Amino acid sequence: MSYDTIGNRPEHVSGSDGQPNVAMPERIASGLAGVALTTYAVAKRRDVGGAAMALAGGYLLFRGVTGRCAGYTLLQTGTSDATDSENAVIPHNQGIKIEKVVTVNRPASELFAFWHDFENLPRFMPHLESVQVLDNKRSHWVAKAPLGKTVEWDAEIINEVPGEMIAWKSVEGADIPNAGSVWFKALPADRGTEVRVVLEYDPPAGRLGAAVAKLLGEEPGVQVRDALRHFKNLMEAGEVPTIDGQPHGTKGRSPSDAPQKRASGEDMGVATPVPVHTAAPEVVQPVL
Amino acid sequence: MKAACWFGKNDIRVTNVPDPQIVNDRDAILRITATAICGSDLHIYNGFIPMMQDGDILGHEFMGEVVEVGKGVTNLKPGDKVVIPFTISCGNCFFCRRDLWSLCDNSNPNATIAEKMYGYSAAGLFGYSHIFGGYAGGQAEYVRVPFADVGAFKVPEGVTDDQVLFLTDILPTGYMAAENCNIQPGDTVAVWGCGPVGLFTIKSALLLGAERVIAIDRFPERLKLAQEAGAEVIDYMEVDVLDELRARTSGMGPDACIDAVGLEAHGITVDQFYDKAMQLARLGTDRPHVLRECIFACRKGGTVSLPGVYGGFVDKIPMGAAHSKGLTFKMGQTHVHRYLPTLMDHIVNGRLDTTFLISHRLPLEQAAEGYAMFKEKRDNCTKVVLYPGTA
Repeated sequence: MSYDTIGNRPEHVSGSDGQPNVAMPERIASGLAGVALTTYAVAKRRDVGGAAMALAGGYLLFRGVTGRCAGYTLLQTGTSDATDSENAVIPHNQGIKIEKVVTVNRPASELFAFWHDFENLPRFMPHLESVQVLDNKRSHWVAKAPLGKTVEWDAEIINEVPGEMIAWKSVEGADIPNAGSVWFKALPADRGTEVRVVLEYDPPAGRLGAAVAKLLGEEPGVQVRDALRHFKNLMEAGEVPTIDGQPHGTKGRSPSDAPQKRASGEDMGVATPVPVHTAAPEVVQPVL
Repeated sequence: MKAACWFGKNDIRVTNVPDPQIVNDRDAILRITATAICGSDLHIYNGFIPMMQDGDILGHEFMGEVVEVGKGVTNLKPGDKVVIPFTISCGNCFFCRRDLWSLCDNSNPNATIAEKMYGYSAAGLFGYSHIFGGYAGGQAEYVRVPFADVGAFKVPEGVTDDQVLFLTDILPTGYMAAENCNIQPGDTVAVWGCGPVGLFTIKSALLLGAERVIAIDRFPERLKLAQEAGAEVIDYMEVDVLDELRARTSGMGPDACIDAVGLEAHGITVDQFYDKAMQLARLGTDRPHVLRECIFACRKGGTVSLPGVYGGFVDKIPMGAAHSKGLTFKMGQTHVHRYLPTLMDHIVNGRLDTTFLISHRLPLEQAAEGYAMFKEKRDNCTKVVLYPGTA
């Protein structure tokens, strides 16, 4: 099952199932070019190149008449606007769409409530720097962008069903128009809640820009999957597992080096944010 | 603090590293009092475990005294003596709630990597490569224990470290291997490998009501320990194991076959696995093909249980034999949290002794020597325990 970001499902992928994915002006141009190419090839050329031209012309003609382009289908894109809806912030099939799902062993209502407070989002979406809730519909988002930059936009909730789904989109004028929705579905027999996220955005340089970002290690699909995993970690375990800042050996270090030490037992029943302690404890353990 | 760090194949050094600190609310910091070298640490020592990084602190069998707890840990306090399961588990996910602790969903920070390799990620492990989270291990003076509220088990007064240290891994591992065989009165269980896990498997199988246990190895001192644990033994250098097992089980085959050996075949990508296999084949090693032998030897409708660790792909498994004989396979990392309280009770009440296993007691500073000795089975080495702070 696939969802669009405002809650229509299943999402309709044009072209792949015989629906037109080429816009009308392009269909007319394609048809005319097809006729011209085929006519030229048949009338003037009698070689292999001519045969290829005739085939190509035939395909352009077919594309013009049917409005279907296999190339667009392969690229999962198209120029037809047949399925754009009034709430779409991104021209149909021109943005990047990511859909990920995870099971969380908590009730849907609890997960809905946590997510609904958008200020919680940076706690499990590492690519977000902050989200500030402005009123019960609108919020201001700051995200990290490649090469250490940030991008900001305002978003508004466009649809919500308590305990079930929340959909939001960036408001007019965002640098990177984007939309998202999250769905919570209770699973049978105490198996928790299915959490499904659909994010869609229009990268600044289109799909090429997204491909470049991917090369730079900013793969949005991986980011969303990691974010969902962190959401699950937080909701189930209360924290995200990490090994950040743990000790590690360094080659060639001599025992006389003096790295940070722990304080001895009794004075530290509770964690303190100051990591530097003094004096290692005297360890007395009989050799057995 | 001092810690045994890995710097490459056969290169383990005790060096000074920063002390661990509380990171998450459910963490605790322990001062280690005893920590063992595990047979599976030898896979790392031998360079078979991928995704190790220079300087990684080793060790997943350890116990000690709580020195600090995060604010989410209310059931422990400084001074408590605890043993720590080698698997790190959150206690709240689908798997932990079903007592499948080694499959915890929330303890591996590198779950994405593990998913690429296995489809889904199992639990994080102490000191066992970055596939399993890259957590610093316990062959050190101190260690950070995540999810300590469910992952630290208090040791009663008057019980020594040596008595309970093996609750961290090898004792529950042997126990689960035997429990997985659904042992019925009259059953004969065959155990390949009489290392620490094999020996505890023998004891557990008998504890769970097996009529007979037949143990298979080639090292005389290990066969002797197996005998002392209550098993009949087969030296596979002397006889054909399949013939011998058939003869000793009235022509029927053992009801359960346990592979306590495992296989050193690891890698990240398919081609690396394949390369490793090719490499091994060219070397023409005579390593025992235990899993295959288990499948052939087992009686129809029996169980093959695998406490031995497998990491990647195995070749030429007699699936036809397994299918035709209707075998059941049971395997996986140990759900230590599930078994630890029961086994602690057996130890405290004198029904189980594990101290017989320890052949060498060394200060932490001699970790490298301990690894080499254990690997080469020098000086009849069966198990090395390190005691930090005793040098």
